[in-house]
Amino acid sequence: MKTRQREYNHWIFLSPYILLFTTFIIIPVGAAIFLSFTYFNAIEAPSFIGLANYVSLITQDEVFMQKVVPNTLTFALIVGPGGYILSFVLAWLLAQIPKGPRTILALIIYSPSMTAGVAMAVVWTIIFSGDETGYLNSLLISMGALLEPIQWLQSPEYLMKIMIVVTLWGSMGVGFLAMLSGVLNINTEIYEAGYIDGIKNRFQEVIYITIPSMKPQMLFGAVMAVVGTFQAGAIGVALSGANPTPQYAGQLMVNHLEDYGFIRYEMGYAAAISVVLLLIVYAFSKVAWKLFGDKD
Amino acid sequence: MSAFQGTKMNPSKFHKSQLKFYAILIPLAIFMALPIVFIIFHAFKPIDELFAYPPRFFVEKPTLQNFADLFAQSNATGVPMSRYLFNSIVITLIVVFLTVLISTMAGYALSKKEFKMKKMIFEINTLALMFVPAAVAIPRYLLIENLGLINTFIVHILPLLSMPIGLFLVKQFIDQIPDELLEAARLDGASDFQIFLMIIIPLVKPALATIAILSFQLVWNSVETSTLYVNDEGLKTFSFYMSTLASQVTGNNVAGQGMAAAASLIMFIPNLVIFIFLQSQVMSTMAHSGIK
Repeated sequence: MKTRQREYNHWIFLSPYILLFTTFIIIPVGAAIFLSFTYFNAIEAPSFIGLANYVSLITQDEVFMQKVVPNTLTFALIVGPGGYILSFVLAWLLAQIPKGPRTILALIIYSPSMTAGVAMAVVWTIIFSGDETGYLNSLLISMGALLEPIQWLQSPEYLMKIMIVVTLWGSMGVGFLAMLSGVLNINTEIYEAGYIDGIKNRFQEVIYITIPSMKPQMLFGAVMAVVGTFQAGAIGVALSGANPTPQYAGQLMVNHLEDYGFIRYEMGYAAAISVVLLLIVYAFSKVAWKLFGDKD
Repeated sequence: MSAFQGTKMNPSKFHKSQLKFYAILIPLAIFMALPIVFIIFHAFKPIDELFAYPPRFFVEKPTLQNFADLFAQSNATGVPMSRYLFNSIVITLIVVFLTVLISTMAGYALSKKEFKMKKMIFEINTLALMFVPAAVAIPRYLLIENLGLINTFIVHILPLLSMPIGLFLVKQFIDQIPDELLEAARLDGASDFQIFLMIIIPLVKPALATIAILSFQLVWNSVETSTLYVNDEGLKTFSFYMSTLASQVTGNNVAGQGMAAAASLIMFIPNLVIFIFLQSQVMSTMAHSGIK
């Protein structure tokens, strides 16, 4: 009985977080969900219109169905798993070299995430600049691979590919850090036990020991990858310098949302897009939970 | 003993069997580093090299002209740069410390305590981190206005303190601490608070360091608060200041590129320093004694 008294109530630990979380996150998110059922132009009071925003989003918004959704899915399905697998592989490789070089390499690999994405758009726009002073054009022309400079960032053909490369480049973020400390923190005795139980090669070792021993970090990394890729959007606009992007080639859901919300001031409609996006993200992250969540 | 000896995780010294790892890591690291190196060179290029055709990657006659131009711009606003810098430093210190503390406390309760709403709170937290920030901008503005936080110093701090990603991460780490360890501590007479301070915090240091890095980047680079919620120049932050300086001169003119690169570099350096400072914690291995 004495030990019971020593246990503080869990609410003491939780209350600061809950208080701030409710105020600054739950209430605004709740309000945004409410707005999705209204017509709201940010000036007059919102008027309730039921599901009309959702109906027109799905049935009338051609740009949304023909460009934005396919773009978002292509982008997310390449960058999400791609960035995630790359993060894990790099974390795993880094764990197997000594501390000194590991620190330096990890620093370099993480450094793109420190640059806050959009700030680096300056660099990428210079590299992919459309005239012959662009670094890539200049390089390709001098190598003889190109005769005329290409408008990389204005061409619907290349914009998406460049967005994918740039995003992958910057995707070794928190998920990567968490996985790195996850790999390093696996108890070495588990490996020894594994060898006795007949682990034969590296691949088996990764599948049967490494990944199961760091499930919480794998789950964290996966959720971050899903969330990060679906919420990406600034990059296409920053690169091409316009929202909507040229011929909607790089238009992702977030850009579509910003287009309606902050350019056309149809906040209700924009809120509906955000709710649909939330549902998509949630569905995909459930897959991650199925794979790595603790069922026991 | 089986023949396969397998991975030596976290090796203490170089062995030639590690060469294959370097063979993959080094080229990738070079690719990752190129744009960063580029921005460093670009920041030091004199105007004729910025215009040079064909463009050159390396700087030949490094100059501080871009930095000088950048700061020459700055005198126009009337507020000294040190003021912005001071704001940013104070805000960043407070936010990083409190975010780590608040997230860890909540993570401990959600991971190791048993109570009814535990699952639900965690689920809501996960949902919240999936919601696109852009959609919340207007409701959040109205909320902050109603709370009377517009044009105050704490508006830089309060909204950033609850970080769903941080809570999620730290809970994932605390989950890995075995209950038996806490049980043993309890039998030895440790109070809940002692357990939190002496067991939880030391054992999840990698997670704490990760949250600290993340929260630092979030606050330090944040331009939004200064743009949306603060009108008083004296209350704005360094990142806001840098971004306005850079945007005044960028656009398509090449001369602005050098200044923009200089501004990006100045913003980047503190991130780098913090990371170098905290990385040993991220990559430190937890002591496995007593943990099974």
